[in-house]
Amino acid sequence: MANDIQQAEVVETLHATSLRVQDAPVIHVAPSPHLSNTDQTTRTMMRDVLIALSPVVAVAVYVFKMYAVTQLAVCVISCLAAEMLFTGMRGRKASLCDYSAAVTGIILAMSLPGTAPWYVGIIASFTAIGIGKIIFGGLGMNIFNPAMVGRAFVMIAFASALGASGYQDAKSAVDAITQATPMDAFKQGGVIVPLSSLFWGTTNGSLGETSAIACLIGGLYLCIRRTASWEIPAGVIGTVIVLGGIANLLNPESQWTVLHHLLGGALLFGAFFIATDPVTSPLTPKGKLIFGAGTGAFIMLLRIFSGYPEGVMFAVLIMNSLTPLINRWTVPRPLGGK
Amino acid sequence: MGFIFKGFGSSGTFAHGVHPPERKGFSDGAPIEVIPPPKKVMLPLLQHVGAPAKPAVKPKTDVVLGDKIAEPGGFVSTAHHATISGKVMKTGIVTLTNGRHVPAIPIKAGNEEQLSGQALWEDIFGGEWPRDVDNYSSKEIVDAISAAGIVGLGGAAFPTHVKFVPNEKKPVHTVLVNACECEPYLTADYRMMLEASAPIITGALLAGRAANTKNIIIGIEDNKPKAVEVMKKAAAGTGITIAVLKTKYPQGSEKQLIMAVTGKEVPLGGLPLDVGIAVSNVSTVAAIARAVVRKKPLTHRVVTVTGAGIKNPKNLLVPIGISIGELIEYCGGLTKDAARLISGGPMMGFAFANLDAPVTKGTSGITVLTHKDVQKEDETNCVRCGRCVDVCPMNLVPTKLALASRHKDIELAERYNIMACFECGSCAYACPASLPIVQLVRTGKAVVIAASKK
Ligand code: SF4
Ligand code: SF4
Repeated sequence: MANDIQQAEVVETLHATSLRVQDAPVIHVAPSPHLSNTDQTTRTMMRDVLIALSPVVAVAVYVFKMYAVTQLAVCVISCLAAEMLFTGMRGRKASLCDYSAAVTGIILAMSLPGTAPWYVGIIASFTAIGIGKIIFGGLGMNIFNPAMVGRAFVMIAFASALGASGYQDAKSAVDAITQATPMDAFKQGGVIVPLSSLFWGTTNGSLGETSAIACLIGGLYLCIRRTASWEIPAGVIGTVIVLGGIANLLNPESQWTVLHHLLGGALLFGAFFIATDPVTSPLTPKGKLIFGAGTGAFIMLLRIFSGYPEGVMFAVLIMNSLTPLINRWTVPRPLGGK
Repeated sequence: MGFIFKGFGSSGTFAHGVHPPERKGFSDGAPIEVIPPPKKVMLPLLQHVGAPAKPAVKPKTDVVLGDKIAEPGGFVSTAHHATISGKVMKTGIVTLTNGRHVPAIPIKAGNEEQLSGQALWEDIFGGEWPRDVDNYSSKEIVDAISAAGIVGLGGAAFPTHVKFVPNEKKPVHTVLVNACECEPYLTADYRMMLEASAPIITGALLAGRAANTKNIIIGIEDNKPKAVEVMKKAAAGTGITIAVLKTKYPQGSEKQLIMAVTGKEVPLGGLPLDVGIAVSNVSTVAAIARAVVRKKPLTHRVVTVTGAGIKNPKNLLVPIGISIGELIEYCGGLTKDAARLISGGPMMGFAFANLDAPVTKGTSGITVLTHKDVQKEDETNCVRCGRCVDVCPMNLVPTKLALASRHKDIELAERYNIMACFECGSCAYACPASLPIVQLVRTGKAVVIAASKK
């Protein structure tokens, strides 16, 4: 992209007469700084995300058994294949080794129901990588969160498989799948799932969203490692608490409390793993807070007023599209500036 | 450290910044050694910020240590002096470590006797230093600084007298002595504080006297407890304050140091003088003391020669104009895995390959890194993680500056204040995508400057 200003790396051998060194070392000349923080690279960041996802994946496999294993395998393999295929088509070096395609695959699988047929996973993966990422120019250039692009596509294309009823299969051998998802059970029948099930994750839902505790553990790890910026989940969760609280006050009979909003559905998974995608969120701490708060607000808006029981995916996509604007609003004041 | 800055709202550090590995251990235990006088020195006419100096001697003249050999070429410029005794040769061209080719006056030693070893040390830093400086007038001090050819020895090499010339509109209320030495590896200022605290204190008092203020603060980072202790003892009873600052890079940058000590922001594009502060490095104030009290010009400086690529890292007192190759040879030479020679420290220093380059007044150290030290991950696309934003001490958005530079987008570059970047390297150090941000910003600045001249 910037061949004209490629890093000028000149290699010279010493030519000083004053120094008599046999086999003189090769000296590189390169611009400052000459040190870099090698603890944190694009690759280690992606590896951190994989580590943070492990409790979520573990709970998903525990609760949904083979459903989770198959969906994961389908999505990860398809994402890697898609990455290889599309980068190859654009004549680029495959960026498989930065793990980012694998991360997209896992997040995508975790946001799909275990019951979704295999071709849904494949199509979602190819859409995520192809349309969500590669046509923008690959990792770092995309505007929308790739996993959410993939999911949105199949959600529209296969409305029945991904609609609330698609999650449920009364004949399944896996317990969770025989029930309706908590948000749907409430929307349709006013049934309240106990908070403890939402906390531990023994309910039906998209594979990665059911367990609040797993999302919290992984999410806090990401924030502590500073791979995710804490401002984003803080913004999401803070806004949901405020708006959920207001909704509670306005409608005190409702059994669906703020805590249900927080622990139920994809809220925590979305706040920690989806909204925090650095590429598609703003650059400055202030921008990140705004982004988080906006995501939280859209989630509540969709949950309370729309026909969908859930709103995380659309909220993130909407905020993704606002990110360039937020960046523009939040140009920080330089030191000594006005 | 329980220190209270009277009247200042300061946190003892500045916002953002990074913590690169310090690696001072290579040389911080090595007492300053006086290097034997070289056979020849090359004295560049432009080794400072400002206009080049003008030669004041003809070739074949015999000079002794301290004779003036070049006159300042303007107000923001400086004189230069013979750093060994010998014969002036025909003016030649040298390549400095920053890549600039500049004219230089060579001096070749004959058989004359040279001041060296302990005698040289005594002459420069030894003996008694007055702690009562009230009998010097401000003008006397500024003239002596100017005559001695003193520039900022921390690396910037800005002519020092300019900072202290009384300015009615912008009076100085605080003299801030910069003893942070926040660059990794470098230990020259640290050793100066341990071994030459007396001239530093005298110099700081003189700087205060020149600027007509009694408010003198020496800022030292808390990773140098020994220096803090020595300087506190030396400063006792003088009214000088020792401010202990939380270690962070780039604390030694003027604006960040002012922020850390006084909580004041130097306006964008402005100078410390705009907030009533004059900043000078510790080694510079020691040179001021020598210039005023002993009437001796700046001829020598302490240079740290360090890094895993050097056989025996040392702190050396060397004549300005000696070749860097001689310093390296004196330190046992390079190791086999030496990969990069840097003049200065690894964050802001220049990489160079020409060992004939002379030490200048601004050469604070020679750092030699190995292949292992300079290893970097491959560059990837920017992942917009915002880490560069989190560390930029000027509160800029470095990734946008890099982008603007790549697209030669002047409007974008200016919207994000590209000219405020002082190339500290924090952003590139922290960037997980290994983007050459500083390099790009440099290009971008050049484009912006070129456009503004049109
Ligand atoms: S630190 Fe590097 S990767 Fe992160 S936003 Fe800045 S330039 Fe991009
Ligand atoms: S943009 Fe400039 S001032 Fe900011 S961290 Fe990078 S080099 Fe330093």
